[in-house]
Amino acid sequence: MVTNHEQLAALMNLTDGDKKHDPSAYSTTAVLSALYNHILHYDPANPKSEDRDRFIMSKGHGPLALYAIMAHKGFFPASELTQFLQWDGILGGHPDRNRIPGVEASTGSLGHGFPMAIGVALGLKAKKSNRRVYVLIGDGESNEGSVWEAALLAGDLALANLTAILIDNRSSTRHLGDVAAKFRLFGWQAEAVNGRSEPALVQALATSAADRPSLVVAEALP
Amino acid sequence: MTDSMRDRMGAVVNELLATDEKTAVILADISTNYFQNAFGQYPERVVNVGIMEQTAVSLAAGFALEGFHPIVHSIAPFVVERPFEQIKDDFCYQGLGGTFISIGASYDYGTDGMTHHGPGDVAILKTLPRMQVCVPGTADELETLLRQTYANGSPTYLRTSVQHNKTSRPVTFGKLHVEREGKDGVVIAVGPMLERTLAAVADMDVTVLYATTIAPFDAEGLKTAVSHATANIILVEPYYEGALVQDIAQALRHTPTRIEAIGVPRQVISRYGTPDQHDAALGLTAAGIQARAARFLNNG
Repeated sequence: MVTNHEQLAALMNLTDGDKKHDPSAYSTTAVLSALYNHILHYDPANPKSEDRDRFIMSKGHGPLALYAIMAHKGFFPASELTQFLQWDGILGGHPDRNRIPGVEASTGSLGHGFPMAIGVALGLKAKKSNRRVYVLIGDGESNEGSVWEAALLAGDLALANLTAILIDNRSSTRHLGDVAAKFRLFGWQAEAVNGRSEPALVQALATSAADRPSLVVAEALP
Repeated sequence: MTDSMRDRMGAVVNELLATDEKTAVILADISTNYFQNAFGQYPERVVNVGIMEQTAVSLAAGFALEGFHPIVHSIAPFVVERPFEQIKDDFCYQGLGGTFISIGASYDYGTDGMTHHGPGDVAILKTLPRMQVCVPGTADELETLLRQTYANGSPTYLRTSVQHNKTSRPVTFGKLHVEREGKDGVVIAVGPMLERTLAAVADMDVTVLYATTIAPFDAEGLKTAVSHATANIILVEPYYEGALVQDIAQALRHTPTRIEAIGVPRQVISRYGTPDQHDAALGLTAAGIQARAARFLNNG
């Protein structure tokens, strides 16, 4: 039973790993554990149920922790983890929605999933759905201009059914500075928490604003 | 026909919004005048994102993920070339459907300089798997092709232009239209090039095929035409010349074939003028086409 991110990390060891993305995967374990154990509403037996929260891993990089927790939750057999990056497997170096049950969007090229999440959030509003969209972005990904296009747009649209989680593991070549303050200037609710503290992440993710999009900066220092 | 292709786009897309609750429209500060009422009527699914075309296309893919049919619109370089990777990854690779409608074909913005020209749109979109590409020649044909491809599960690019033919043809998505038949060669005229091409080859004994679907190409239609005429193929395109050459070569790979590709040459266009002035400078008038076609048919 995976109930916290240390156990999740152990589950990831089932795979042969993808060494170049390991830091990226391990930086997300607490966030993914918080989301899949405490925040997201989903049914692995019916991964396309309308009555689900949507989670988009915008950065795409380091998906191993995502695969591990999705396997544990029953979206696909845990035996798939041993086929990570293998020809006959479904789990690639970046997630593919057409191959992996429960993956909402195919990502990998940075800066695509965040604006896609805005479209999903608008679609949910048009369908009068009360479900939310959660999108995980990276600090390195936040070098991309489209991340800042999306930050401007979601803030200006006051998209209250959107929560972004920005994992800052100092992988960005450019120093992002106080990214929460920057998002607040774009009209977001934003706070920074210890990205390796699952309780702190759960608390932050559970307190979304009613009138604007919410950002949780998960500071996962190397 | 009295309205422009752009006007017809506005009318048909507004009708789709009213009749299909799964229609979503994503704009990037272009043609917003057509949707002033729609912004208020359907605020969640008619979005003017501002000047951020990469986000416009990814956002449209998000709508598609939720089961909507998104329609994205802007000027050709900004709806095709700037967000090209978003069209490739977010639509083609993800297996999603959507409609992309451009204005500003080739040098329709003829006095705005190269940054606003779009002669490369069709060629680069043809590199993408699953991408459908249509080049209508009239507003009626735009409406026909928009309705025939709408929500068919694939991404579709509809290229509107200021230049148009006087008379619409009964076009069908995916099919070449046989305009006339002859024996000395087969001319393929694309979209708004049709009527000037007909004038150019009026005295030549050639078949004229009218192409409004560029991808997927109607290989069978071409093979049928070539079975009744010499395989001298003259291609007349309103964008960078030669976008269909590979399709023609593949369709006729078992037939000795000569091909003359007439279209916008790959050169930097630095003069300012109307589309007609640019056409004249580049030899894309009826007279210019006539001269090249005659020389080609005479083995020149």
